[in-house]
Amino acid sequence: MSGPSDYQPTNPALKWIERRLPILGLMHSSFVAYPTPRNLNYWWTFGAILSMMLGVQIITGVILAMHYTPHVDMAFKSVESIVRDVNYGWLLRNMHATGASMFFVAVYVHMFRGLYYGSYKEPREILWILGVIIYLLMMATGFMGYVLPWGQMSFWGATVITNLFSAIPYVGDSIVTLLWGGYSVGNPTLNRFFSLHYLLPFVIAGVVVLHVWALHVAGQNNPAGVEPKTEKDTVPFTPYATMKDAFGVSCFMLFFAWFIFYMPNYLGEADNYIPANPGVTPAHIVPEWYYLPFYAILRSIPNKLAGVVAMFGAILVLAFLPWLDTARTKSSKYRPLAKQFFWIFVVVCVLLGWLGAKPAEGIYVIAGRVLTFCYFAYFLIVLPLLSRIEKPRPVPNSIADDVLAKAGKSAPMVSSVIALAVAGALFAGSAPSARAAEGQAAPPSQKWSFAGPFGKFDRGAMQRGLKVYKEVCASCHGLSYIAFRNLADPGGPGFSVAQSAAFASEYKVKDGPNDAGDMFERPGRPADYFPSPFPNEQAARAANGGALPPDLSLITKARSYPRGFPMFVVDLFTQFQEQGPNYVSGLLQGYEEKPPAGFTLPEGSSYNKYFPGHAIKMPNPLSDGQVTYDDGSPATVAQYAKDVTTFLMWTAEPHMEARKKLGLQVFVFLILLTGLLYFTKKKIWADAH
Amino acid sequence: MTTASSADHPTRRDFLFVATGAVAAVGGAATLVPFISQMNPDASTIAAGAPIEVDLAPIAEGQDIKVFWRGKPIFISHRTKKQIDEARKVPVASLPDPQSDEARVKPGKDQWLVVIGICTHLGCIPIAHEGQYDGFFCPCHGSQYDTSGRIRSGPAPTNLPVPPYQFVSDTKIQIG
Repeated sequence: MSGPSDYQPTNPALKWIERRLPILGLMHSSFVAYPTPRNLNYWWTFGAILSMMLGVQIITGVILAMHYTPHVDMAFKSVESIVRDVNYGWLLRNMHATGASMFFVAVYVHMFRGLYYGSYKEPREILWILGVIIYLLMMATGFMGYVLPWGQMSFWGATVITNLFSAIPYVGDSIVTLLWGGYSVGNPTLNRFFSLHYLLPFVIAGVVVLHVWALHVAGQNNPAGVEPKTEKDTVPFTPYATMKDAFGVSCFMLFFAWFIFYMPNYLGEADNYIPANPGVTPAHIVPEWYYLPFYAILRSIPNKLAGVVAMFGAILVLAFLPWLDTARTKSSKYRPLAKQFFWIFVVVCVLLGWLGAKPAEGIYVIAGRVLTFCYFAYFLIVLPLLSRIEKPRPVPNSIADDVLAKAGKSAPMVSSVIALAVAGALFAGSAPSARAAEGQAAPPSQKWSFAGPFGKFDRGAMQRGLKVYKEVCASCHGLSYIAFRNLADPGGPGFSVAQSAAFASEYKVKDGPNDAGDMFERPGRPADYFPSPFPNEQAARAANGGALPPDLSLITKARSYPRGFPMFVVDLFTQFQEQGPNYVSGLLQGYEEKPPAGFTLPEGSSYNKYFPGHAIKMPNPLSDGQVTYDDGSPATVAQYAKDVTTFLMWTAEPHMEARKKLGLQVFVFLILLTGLLYFTKKKIWADAH
Repeated sequence: MTTASSADHPTRRDFLFVATGAVAAVGGAATLVPFISQMNPDASTIAAGAPIEVDLAPIAEGQDIKVFWRGKPIFISHRTKKQIDEARKVPVASLPDPQSDEARVKPGKDQWLVVIGICTHLGCIPIAHEGQYDGFFCPCHGSQYDTSGRIRSGPAPTNLPVPPYQFVSDTKIQIG
């Protein structure tokens, strides 16, 4: 479509360059003069959105790599110090982590669009296959990126996914050893995953260039599925498509910002805030939501090798789509049966995603098998059959005719709304966690001062909570990610610098070696971290009947409970993020003197309503009047629990107030920009209609 | 097209385009802030740069020690009478970077010289008690400093800087 450029620069310097390297002409013919069908709807803006997301991921990723340490002993901590200490580190990390999900949201919309409008058909087969390759590379990149924070889900995700290759006959185990660089997932694995995670996005960018090249040779498909014939069928890429894409991108950024600033952990797993532990697998491990449909297919097949083959087959079958669907009509708009089957297929994918998050037992296994059959049947039976038996409706003569036919109907805005709704539904179908509630009652939801878009920490509660931590929790639990200086940080408990220094000097901190080579103790300084009560894990276990009291720095983010359908969908809109605080506060108040009849409590344990399995090694830590408050707050267990939980929410996310404050500013700005872009786009397109 | 209307007659459409472009530009510029700001020292690095205390009691006359503050070597010299005299004899005006020795030490503590031990030429670490001036000699490009840490010859443009410090007692200083 894009012939030789007729671009002629007038500036002599540009002329000089253009004669030697016609890069400006290439840009001009590709992104300015390039003819784009005039009937494209907003589903087509997802190409631009994906380009933006690739850029966002590469830029934020390069920056995060400046602060990240790929070592098993330091990776988790370095991610925490990015979020806590690096200027705007929390923002960059949230952008990158939720950005991965946004990238997949956009790519799924983009793929379903191609599927619906037959964008894989002649002459766009290579364009489509390049897209499948990009998708595969994205999955590999996303997986390796998820390993880098080296939390529990990172570690066990890496273990499970690399073990997929052990299904290969004869050489499987050798391949797995090769991937690990050791006898198990360990430091060499982390190092190579970091290296590859840095490399692959640039490979993706390279394949994207081929993808765009192929697109510009074949030309864009369009909702009518008829190729442009005359000038009247197309408009120049700039300003028409550029402005429409800019508006689409801006809308998508609003959606993106919702997660960055208000729901950064909604799409993640609480377990990944627990440092990797090669000795304990989390009770229910699930991959990131974007892999769930394929994970469901893997689990629905009872044979190891066959399951792995089916899982990879489910992706690879996409590459053969151009030859499986041989119908001459491209757009499903004119294919009454294909259209219905398309929507059934969308539902099958969403349901598979939902199943992927459920435990593999009972009815879920059967449903998984039925849906796996449906998934493959769509490609291998339905599409080939429809090509032969379906009677399509007549397609318009030209794109111009298609535009005239629907003039008056305002399809674009409606479809963009639907786009967002479907994207939301896709999340809803697959995002939530799979932790099964084995006899675990959900703790009651409490009112927290820090909840919601304008939430702020209650300073009084934080200072009281710090007192509770210091006098009660600190005898067994560390707070190792918090330095005394943090107490004076903005958005913290509101200490002055002098107060934090005085607080620090009450602690003895081990330092050294001195000139004589000896370790010595000195009073704490603001730069020191809260000392841990035990020198190492073994000492902690020995003192606590074999149980390890967890570090409390991240506890309110590392604990959660299932919200169930439909609450987790509602949570997306109400910004409910307080499972962790509800759980911690519930647990502190959930002790019962006598276990219910029929429950045998193991020796040395206490009964707790909200602890998974109920038998908890920690004895009831709080009693009324145990800690003295100087500000007249009631000295009750309920108040202690609320205060210490508020304090621990701050230790888990010290920059939460900054996050929500910046979020509000970004939203005001983006709404303004999106509005302006909408009217600008409308003005520009007024010429075209 | 954006250029459709003439510049002589600004229209409502021009205003819209300019406003959209301006808002987008402001957003783009604001976005750069976190991406650049992250390169600055992070909070833990800044906290680790807090003042340090150094005990001078063990340093004998004629001896010097090296301590680190904010990742920089700080030379602390216990100067002899001879070294102090050498430093004070020199006519200040004849120096490449004129500064009196009195201005480089604390009053009444003439024997203690505290300087940042980084050559002001290109950042190498000079060697103490070497060179023609009994001060510091930089092995990289041959700069020579005297017993007051002042540049006397070679390519370095300025004297070795004196870090902020004070005496907290007769034998203890706080640097920073």
